[in-house]
Amino acid sequence: MSIENNARDATMVGRRTDGTAIRRPLSPHMQVYDMFQITSGMSIAHRITGSIWAVGLLFLVWWLVAAASGPEAFATAQWFFSSFIGMLVLFGLSAVAWYHTLAGVRHLMWDAGYGYDIPTVHRTGRIVLIGTGVLTVLTWFIAIIAWA
Amino acid sequence: MATFTLPKNSTIGTGKTYKAEPGAKNVKSFKIYRFDPDTGENPRYDTYEIDLDKCGPMVLDALIKIKNEVDTTLTFRRSCREGICGSCSMNIDGMNTLACLKPIEDVKKDVRITPLPHMPVVKDLVPDLTHIYAQLRSIEPWLKSDTPPPPDEERRQSKEERAKLDGLWECILCFCCSTACPSYWWNGDRYLGPAVLLQAYRWIADSRDEYTGERLDNLEDPFRLYRCHTIMNCAATCPKGLNPAQAIGEIKKLMIERQG
Repeated sequence: MSIENNARDATMVGRRTDGTAIRRPLSPHMQVYDMFQITSGMSIAHRITGSIWAVGLLFLVWWLVAAASGPEAFATAQWFFSSFIGMLVLFGLSAVAWYHTLAGVRHLMWDAGYGYDIPTVHRTGRIVLIGTGVLTVLTWFIAIIAWA
Repeated sequence: MATFTLPKNSTIGTGKTYKAEPGAKNVKSFKIYRFDPDTGENPRYDTYEIDLDKCGPMVLDALIKIKNEVDTTLTFRRSCREGICGSCSMNIDGMNTLACLKPIEDVKKDVRITPLPHMPVVKDLVPDLTHIYAQLRSIEPWLKSDTPPPPDEERRQSKEERAKLDGLWECILCFCCSTACPSYWWNGDRYLGPAVLLQAYRWIADSRDEYTGERLDNLEDPFRLYRCHTIMNCAATCPKGLNPAQAIGEIKKLMIERQG
């Protein structure tokens, strides 16, 4: 049985030839649709990166709280962030943050009324994807130089 | 609330395979969604092998050939076979389009055909459009004016005013766009969807219509209009090359502008 509970529910009931009621099936959606085309694919990615970034900010909170708590807690946090896993997390978060920022600018552009035609949508989509890669690498390049 | 999986009664099984005639050289498989309310069984995919040398070029030609020559129980809507009636809208190879405008050769592998996504299925490829028609009715898609037309004359528009309706009047209400929209899948009970919102903008943009304010009032709603998150699947799939997302964007802009 369908678990929808809304205005569409009435149309989920049909009739057989003999007049008895039958629960109609719901046609396949995500199961068949091309979800990874640049339109819906980047929209899903925007939501996922937004969620990851929000959770990732907890690491920043941890780092700040550790810094405020004292040298011992700070050393623990520093140890984690300079470990392999910690670096991997930070690298991932930087990529996620760049994607969400660039895709967010793309959304602001649409909200302002520009860039709706499909060739432009594809072009700006590719710019966001390439930009994410370039800016993430650049961020780490600068970070490593500053560190060294 | 979004449910990503299909309900139990909607999962799709495997059905019969109808082999091509022996000696057929140019064979293409059509994997078609079947549902028969009289059996009460779950939907299934039946596979039809068709000799393309004896078939017209479009997906609709293959469907008609199957119905005429292979399996008369196959049920689908069609009428004009030239992309103007909007009847044969369905999901072909992962995208919604009109079967009459989709060349078979555009599909590289087996041609998978399912009904318009996330809709109640009446039979086979025929979805129930009652709800979406009711939504269309709710935006009152006709000219509303308190000023009577000039006697023995039509209501005049300048060329510029008329040009604003281009890209809007061409919509044939096939609902490929609305049923391609994930937002409409999850919130279609209250979100109007791209097709209906494009129609709404068609009357908002009409210089002869005097109910622009009321039309905008009706759309000023977190669901009816603002469930559009600019996913853009609508414009990507429209078989007429229209851009519902842009029409929705224009409505959103008018909403901001009238706040002053």
